[in-house]
Amino acid sequence: MEDQDIQGLIEAVQKADSAVGLLIAVRSLALSCHEKAIPTLIEALGYNNAGAAAGAVKGLINLGDVSVPYLLQQIDGYNYGARAWATRALAGIGHPSALDHLQETALRDFSLSVRRSAAKGLGYIEWSKLSVSEASEGQKQATETLSKVLDDPEWVVRYAAVVGLQNLAISVDNQSLVNSIVEKLDHQLETDSELGVCARVKLALAEIDREL
Amino acid sequence: MVDYSQDNNGTGSPTDQGLLDDPAYTIEQALNNLQQTDDPSARYYAAWWIGRFRVNEPVAIQGLLTALEDNSDRSPDGGYPLRRNAAKALGKSGDVSVVPALIEALQCPDYYVRESAAQSLEMLGDQQAIPGLISLLNGGVAAAQQVEGKPHLIQPYEAILEALGTLQAKNAISLIEPFVEHFVPKVKFAAARALYQLTNDPVYGEILVTALQETTLQVRRSALMDLGAIGYLGGVDAIGNTLAENSLKLISLKGILEHHLSQQEMPQELNDDLVHLMNVMDSLL
Repeated sequence: MEDQDIQGLIEAVQKADSAVGLLIAVRSLALSCHEKAIPTLIEALGYNNAGAAAGAVKGLINLGDVSVPYLLQQIDGYNYGARAWATRALAGIGHPSALDHLQETALRDFSLSVRRSAAKGLGYIEWSKLSVSEASEGQKQATETLSKVLDDPEWVVRYAAVVGLQNLAISVDNQSLVNSIVEKLDHQLETDSELGVCARVKLALAEIDREL
Repeated sequence: MVDYSQDNNGTGSPTDQGLLDDPAYTIEQALNNLQQTDDPSARYYAAWWIGRFRVNEPVAIQGLLTALEDNSDRSPDGGYPLRRNAAKALGKSGDVSVVPALIEALQCPDYYVRESAAQSLEMLGDQQAIPGLISLLNGGVAAAQQVEGKPHLIQPYEAILEALGTLQAKNAISLIEPFVEHFVPKVKFAAARALYQLTNDPVYGEILVTALQETTLQVRRSALMDLGAIGYLGGVDAIGNTLAENSLKLISLKGILEHHLSQQEMPQELNDDLVHLMNVMDSLL
């Protein structure tokens, strides 16, 4: 795509004068998959328009790693809504540089929908982008964090932690870590009060077992 | 469409919230306020508070039963605000001994008292309530018209139909069926929900699935909750794709999952349908 075309799409977002107009402009910009779209897509996370923000998150996830530095900068902002959407984008991309942010968010964000997406995201980090020793340290941290998230008061956050732990167990190359994840899931199965969470734990244990 | 949100007799009004935050309000005070008659607004609030915090001591139940027959607290349109709150609170008491009084309240001239009573009878789960609920369907769909100048129909059909479904009122099936054609979407979908609970016929589950395509978000949300409550497995993919908050879709899918897990003889079993359901849930996190 030519630079002038992407400029036109960016201007369309900035000039949109209705909620629907904004939604359509953001979606078109997201579809461009152009690096120059990133700052505007991130701005759109803060417009308090859920449809536009969801479209922008999709676009940022499709762009992948290139949007990560921009997103991590945005995290420091004061706009809570924008931070929540940025967290979802980072969880969807899975770049290891978001690890600290995702851990902090999964444990302490006040919104359960943000905690749950951060928890799932911790299971989908692309460890191959780190050195062997960094990856090993990161995997240990993610496991510890998700084990704490298993105590979250909201069922859906615990459910997401189970999903994260399942994928973590399948993606790591460290048998003792896998064993400790299985142990934690076994314990959750015995103690969790929600039938739905227990069912997801059973599925996770079966999937981990199948991969080994 | 009928807008039930105009029913402002219930919980969560700004004044309720203000008092809810008052740490000085105690069970003793609530019981005292419920038993006195000098201050109607304090009594009204006490009835709501007792339900909200599920105070089910005998003296609370007795106070609520008295309040359910109150004649002193009247709204400008002739309604009985205190009775409405008392009926709601009794539903949360978990005490089936209050069922006969609630059945009586189904005959109250105030629509909102009848609605609250029907909802409470559903919550209490006692089949004794079935004949009283059925009697409110008199005249069938033809009689189920809008009341002129009011934001509601002549009876609280949505609450009645849902209660009949939950109470497994098999003898009401032929009376409920015509309501699937009712012009108010919420009534239509309440009928489908009840008929699915009574017959397990997927035809009715599919009616709720079509509700997920309705243009009004409020109707789509309500269909999500209905599908979760009845555990309709055929709705899983449509739930994943409907335009609504992921949080509500997840609650709906969890409802379906748990419905099936609790009905299995061996709850260990995760069949392919339930695995697929959980895969859809995973994608919504």
